[in-house]
Amino acid sequence: MTQLALVIDLNVCVGCHACVTNCKQWNTSGAAGALTDCNPYENDPNGTFFNRVQTFEVGEFPATETVHFPKSCLHCEDPACVPVCPTGASYKRAEDGIVLVDYDKCIGCKYCSWACPYGVREFDEQRKVMTKCTLCVDRIYDMSLPEERRKPSCVLACPPGARLFGDVHDPDSEVSIAIRERGGYTLMPEANTKPANHYLPRRKTTVTVRDEELYRSDNPHKIDGAPFDKNLPPTTEELN
Amino acid sequence: MRPAFSVLFLTTLIGAGQGLFITLFFCELLVPASLPSNFLFGGAVLVLILSGLGGIASVFHLGHPERAWRAMTMWRTSWLAREGIALPSFMAAVFAYAVAHWLNIGHTLAIATIGVLLSMVLFVCTGMIYGAIKVLKEWAHPLTLINFIVLGCASGTTLAAAYASFAAPELTAALAQAAFALTLLGLLTRAASLWRNAILRPTSTLQTAIGIRHPRIVQKSQGSMGGSYNTREFFHGKSPAFVRGVLVTLLLGVFVLPLALVLALPLLAFVFQYLGLLAERWYFFAEAQHPQNLYYQGTS
Repeated sequence: MTQLALVIDLNVCVGCHACVTNCKQWNTSGAAGALTDCNPYENDPNGTFFNRVQTFEVGEFPATETVHFPKSCLHCEDPACVPVCPTGASYKRAEDGIVLVDYDKCIGCKYCSWACPYGVREFDEQRKVMTKCTLCVDRIYDMSLPEERRKPSCVLACPPGARLFGDVHDPDSEVSIAIRERGGYTLMPEANTKPANHYLPRRKTTVTVRDEELYRSDNPHKIDGAPFDKNLPPTTEELN
Repeated sequence: MRPAFSVLFLTTLIGAGQGLFITLFFCELLVPASLPSNFLFGGAVLVLILSGLGGIASVFHLGHPERAWRAMTMWRTSWLAREGIALPSFMAAVFAYAVAHWLNIGHTLAIATIGVLLSMVLFVCTGMIYGAIKVLKEWAHPLTLINFIVLGCASGTTLAAAYASFAAPELTAALAQAAFALTLLGLLTRAASLWRNAILRPTSTLQTAIGIRHPRIVQKSQGSMGGSYNTREFFHGKSPAFVRGVLVTLLLGVFVLPLALVLALPLLAFVFQYLGLLAERWYFFAEAQHPQNLYYQGTS
């Protein structure tokens, strides 16, 4: 069973909103119709987005970290939004696990958005239907695109490569390896929705430099004539 | 949650209609001899008017009302679809009951039994629409269902007493006493859910929402400059003082005033109780804290 999903590395995301912009661009130009914008150049601009980047400050000044947090549909393995839909417009595809909305069946009752704990479904105020991330289902299977371009728009746009895309049920996929080896986690596990999308945590990147490494022959300290220290092991030159 | 006005009208109107129909059934079952002619027919018409108005109100909640027929298809999983089937079925039974009385066809008690069963099914569907949403802990509790049933029956019986005060004055006292008892029961069950929701601790926190285990996390951006669907749909947008005012209004309107008035002035009691129930349903929405609001706590 395939379960396509995104893995988002919070240690890499710089909060540039390129994924938001490219998502909006791709999904507003598609066959499903435009993603509505209301008052885009007026007061109170707002519109329909499938993906948003939020920013949180963790810690107390001066020991703070800024965490940019991209948020889109998590394509849950046990989606709360699907069984509540009275029309069957919301469904989860058996073949790849993508949760989708059939815009021609949706009656716009918003019940699915109440059931979703993550607030990732957005009601389109002009089309009067519920919309959400499709994992760019209209491009990941598009055989007219070169294979490396058959990815969600947000993944292709991300400049630092914080977004990975693949099958989280395939243990050898890039996303499964990332989840396994870099501490991937899901949001609100207490909701028991089993999100397919995972997040990779922030990491402290440190380099340990030992004294003997500073004393080696290829080190500028040696070139500048670092003072001899009898406590350190001999360098390669001294041994020869 | 932001109270959806079409849903406030839907649930209060059909609740009163169902309660009234159940009262009519008991009138016919217990005191068939003392009923004036056309009392039950007129009552059934009143039930049809209330549930019809409720059905019309519900349509305003939909983005695409012309597709509302589709809402009956997923009855295997969705309580909303089940309600979409239960409401027309209940109305069909009430219609058959009214026709049977009008044309003197007979079998009215059998039709009324089916109607009562369908009204209970409808109560369960309506209550479970809210009770089945697990992420809304304020709603996901049997008290939600119990309150829909008890408050619907209380308002329906109060309406029956008001109706009887014009159409069957000798029944008014007994119906008013039943309405008094049901309203008192409703005060107990609703107070229980108000108390439960007041001390409820949320399961989800900002820490579980973004998966960062740190006691101090402050939101700096929501990902949009203006609002979004998420900031509109899941919060009522009123001040705490306003919400407290609604709580006082519902306690006075649904319980205190009807209890004081129903034995003497049942029509006035019903008017107060119905307006109070609108406040009660508003508060029901407002007190539900959706976990998605954790992602929308502030901008800098």
